Amino acid sequence: MSALVQSPQAAPAPLTRAEDWRNGGFGLYIHWPFCASKCPYCDFNSHVSAEIETDAWRNAYISELRRVAALTPGRVLNSVFFGGGTPSLMDPELVAAILEEVRACWPQGNDIEITLEANPTSVEAGRFRGFRDAGVNRVSMGIQALNDSDLRALGRLHSVEEARHAFDIARNTFERISFDLIYARQDQTLAAWQAELREAISMAADHLSLYQLTIEQGTAFGDRYARGRLKGLPDDDRAADMYFATQELTDAAGLPGYETSNHAAPGEESRHNMIYWSYGDYAGIGPGAHGRLTLDGQRYGTEAIRAPAAWLNAVTEKDSGDVVKTTLSGEDQAWEYLMMGLRVTRGIDLTRFSTLSNHDLTPKINELTSYGLVEKQSGILRVTKAGQPVLNGILRELLP
Amino acid sequence: MIKLSNIRNFSIVAHIDHGKSTLADRLIQLTGTVAERDMQAQILDSMDIERERGITIKANSVRIEYPAKDGETYILNLIDTPGHVDFAYEVSRSMRAVEGSLLVVDATQGVEAQTLANVYYAIEADHEIVPVLNKIDLPASEPERICEQIEDVIGIDASEAVHISAKTGLGVPDVLEAIVTRLPAPTGDPDAPLKAMLVDSWYDSYLGVVVMVRIMDGTVRRGDRIKMMQTGATYGIDKLAVLKPQMTDIDVLGPGEIGVITASIKQVRDTRVGDTITTEKRGATVPLPGFKPAQPVVFCGLFPVDAAEFEDLRAAIDKLALNDASFSFEMETSAALGFGFRCGFLGLLHLEVIRDRLEREYDIDLITTAPSVIYHIHMRSGEMIELHNPADMPDLTYVDHLEEPRIKATILVPDEYLGDVLKLCQDRRGIQMDLTYAGARAMVVYDLPLNEVVFDFYDRLKSVTKGYASFDYQMMGYREDALVKMQVLVNEEPVDALSTMVHRDRAEARGRMMCEKLKELIPRHMFKIPIQAAIGGRVIARETLSAMRKDVTAKCYGGDMTRKKKLLEKQKKGKKKMRQFGKVEIPQSAFISALKMDD
Ligand SMILES: Nc1nc2c(ncn2[C@@H]2O[C@H](COP(=O)(O)OP(=O)(O)OP(=O)(O)O)[C@@H](O)[C@H]2O)c(=O)[nH]1
Ligand SMILES: C[S@@+](CC[C@H](N)C(=O)[O-])C[C@H]1O[C@@H](n2cnc3c(N)ncnc32)[C@H](O)[C@@H]1O
Ligand code: SF4
Ligand SMILES: [Mg+2]
Repeated sequence: MSALVQSPQAAPAPLTRAEDWRNGGFGLYIHWPFCASKCPYCDFNSHVSAEIETDAWRNAYISELRRVAALTPGRVLNSVFFGGGTPSLMDPELVAAILEEVRACWPQGNDIEITLEANPTSVEAGRFRGFRDAGVNRVSMGIQALNDSDLRALGRLHSVEEARHAFDIARNTFERISFDLIYARQDQTLAAWQAELREAISMAADHLSLYQLTIEQGTAFGDRYARGRLKGLPDDDRAADMYFATQELTDAAGLPGYETSNHAAPGEESRHNMIYWSYGDYAGIGPGAHGRLTLDGQRYGTEAIRAPAAWLNAVTEKDSGDVVKTTLSGEDQAWEYLMMGLRVTRGIDLTRFSTLSNHDLTPKINELTSYGLVEKQSGILRVTKAGQPVLNGILRELLP
Repeated sequence: MIKLSNIRNFSIVAHIDHGKSTLADRLIQLTGTVAERDMQAQILDSMDIERERGITIKANSVRIEYPAKDGETYILNLIDTPGHVDFAYEVSRSMRAVEGSLLVVDATQGVEAQTLANVYYAIEADHEIVPVLNKIDLPASEPERICEQIEDVIGIDASEAVHISAKTGLGVPDVLEAIVTRLPAPTGDPDAPLKAMLVDSWYDSYLGVVVMVRIMDGTVRRGDRIKMMQTGATYGIDKLAVLKPQMTDIDVLGPGEIGVITASIKQVRDTRVGDTITTEKRGATVPLPGFKPAQPVVFCGLFPVDAAEFEDLRAAIDKLALNDASFSFEMETSAALGFGFRCGFLGLLHLEVIRDRLEREYDIDLITTAPSVIYHIHMRSGEMIELHNPADMPDLTYVDHLEEPRIKATILVPDEYLGDVLKLCQDRRGIQMDLTYAGARAMVVYDLPLNEVVFDFYDRLKSVTKGYASFDYQMMGYREDALVKMQVLVNEEPVDALSTMVHRDRAEARGRMMCEKLKELIPRHMFKIPIQAAIGGRVIARETLSAMRKDVTAKCYGGDMTRKKKLLEKQKKGKKKMRQFGKVEIPQSAFISALKMDD
């Protein structure tokens, strides 16, 4: 697997546009839209609901799996990802039923990665064994912070102690394990973050997702920020310092950043996310899930109805939860590939880009190279260390 | 035709916000000119921009009928005028069309700078003046004290001032009676050759050019053929009307009356405010004394952000100019900005109003270059050149000396803020001419360079005096001074649109301030950008805008790339709204903001 993320090697015979997805492989994303409570920073499609009819949801997921499988017969599945919301609140039997159906729908490689996002409270920890028995072989835990007052400020329902306990159980249960932290929090100093990150590294996960806090519109933090009531956030300069410090510490610990916010021991990269970043095909199932599917040589973008009840209803009544299906032109695909691919340290294959696009990036690449933000080598374009924290600026320059 | 003795014409004048338009509302309402259900506050302020900013920009006239206590019904023509100093021209010419003025004074504020300025216009026009003390509904009002102040400061009798609240209507009937009993009726001979004063003209999208006139002598009827005495052009009258305030057709207008005419006039420019209109046949031979034309004092370049919109801009400016004769323009080209227009305005508010209207009514994004006044450049050859744009400054070796326009500024300010005001004027290279007291308020008169006042003097004055000072000015002529052209270089490239003329002694401070401001105003780029101010080839100030350090999307949403793509595309569009100078994008707002001083 490490070949996917390591040395920049252009494929010897470039795949045609119709086969382009094979460069990234094929994965399945399953969205579970419910949480125990809504975190103030979060703008994922997550909802708090008193009652969830497991039977109806099981039937809906299964019906959607069959619908999509009929479009993509015979594809070898490389990964499954249960994302949320909080999938660790799913009944393990529901996860088992879904995975059973998945196995019936597609052939799968024997190294298939099956990840489930988990919140680190005791409620979830109790289900870990059930998830493993259902076939889950990797968990990604939302620990978010290693100090209690920040966990409270982030509106989390767990303490550090609880999180560590859940983490220990997970480590004894699953082959592979990752956890998420959010940094650049209110009033967080560089030194405090460095100390916290060292502690996180010492927990010996094989993968870490380290996200800088993003203030999103339409969230509680977003509203507070707009009213000037969210103080103590780092400015761009301090945020950049924190970003570089993060790279340094993880590099030294043998968990180098392989993507903007993701760090892993070699070979432990998230294969599922690598499908997005190397622009493969993926089916998206569940409320608000997105997909990219190449059908009869044409790539489409799909998007499901966001509201959980409406999605459930549509699947039950109309046999499909998708609302949008867009035809993606070669140019569309090229820019999506560029946008996602440059997040990864190994960069993008310019031959592949020009299979999809007629656009000549050379002048902009030369300009950006002169600022030391990107580098080009044997047909591979990658963002330098200095360029990583300003990737959006680079993309704006490259976009036509 | 209406008997002269039953006509009264008057203007309502006051300092900004003292309640002129509100009083006009009450007069219109009390006389039933507008049906109750159609009434709205400041009904005469009909332009969007007037309603939004809550100020009057254009003088407006309305005809009302008033059955007085003496049993007679009178025709009253009122003209509501703007209070802001930029539009003083509207006031002075309105005065010429009427015989009297209601001088409105806010009884909580008292006499302010424009109160004085406007009284002088009224006195100059030989008006009978009725003082009106407004806002007596407010607990803070002090009508007695303000009456004394009027007598002390202005020197007119205020013993019979009418005390009112334009807001509640209290006392307004007394205003109507005072108009009839205290203001003179107009004079004029209905049988003499026609002499109609062209008071105003504007463009109406349905009717074309509309001309407002005050008949001095003679009569005019629909269908008459008329002649503009200045241009000699003749027209047949299509429509004759009075404003109530909607146009209401009328068959004939006689002496003392105010009304509007439409004819097949193509452009507002074909009508000269102050011109005399007479009949084509058996017309008058001697015109009425004309008005001094309005002089633009502030100039700036207007360029479309998107160069492709130049033709749209041209069309929009042409249309706007139809409505506003005091705004001048001519085509301009700039190395960095391409094609645009150099426009002249009566002041900065006027500039903002025109720019707003262009952007809003015609949907064109504009770059406004640094505003400038007109400098006189005396060349070694003895020739004198008017410099409207610092970018056109000739080679200094050919220049003997420069002169700049100066103004006489009158500022009224409560004692406690006097020190701040004197400091502000001093900082702006002012020379004190006079300082007197009226009660607890000082009246200071300063000789100031116009270019120090144009950008932000008024804002600064308001802020250092917490809004308690008022300000008025008049042009005084030109004087020599040590002026230099300061250039701004962004990423080593001169940006013409940011060139300004400054006094040599102040150049360094100004340069430093502009560089600092620009550093704030220009967004960070992918590379670091030096920002410099220079005189000739010499750099006098420098700042460095560091390169962008952090802009990346931290997390991805389970394969949702559409959203991120949309965001980047939107940001990219935003970038395109900025103008490119070399490799640097400068937002349009930077050009004026960079000049505002925080002292
Ligand atoms: N309390 C009170 N407020 C008043 C009175 N008359 C006017 N105002 C308020 O004063 C403000 C200014 O009134 P305007 O009538 O627009 O003043 P103006 O003199 O026409 O202002 P410009 O045209 O901008 O010079 C408005 O908010 C009015 O509501 C009054 O008698 N009492
Ligand atoms: C789908 S979310 C949540 C997974 C799980 N429900 C949880 O909360 O632990 C995946 C991760 O995105 C990160 N995240 C969510 N909102 C964020 C924000 N506004 N800024 C930065 N990171 C965020 C969190 O680290 C979170 O664990
Ligand atoms: S961060 Fe996780 S737990 Fe919190 S609302 Fe979002 S998805 Fe739910
Ligand atoms: Mg008004």
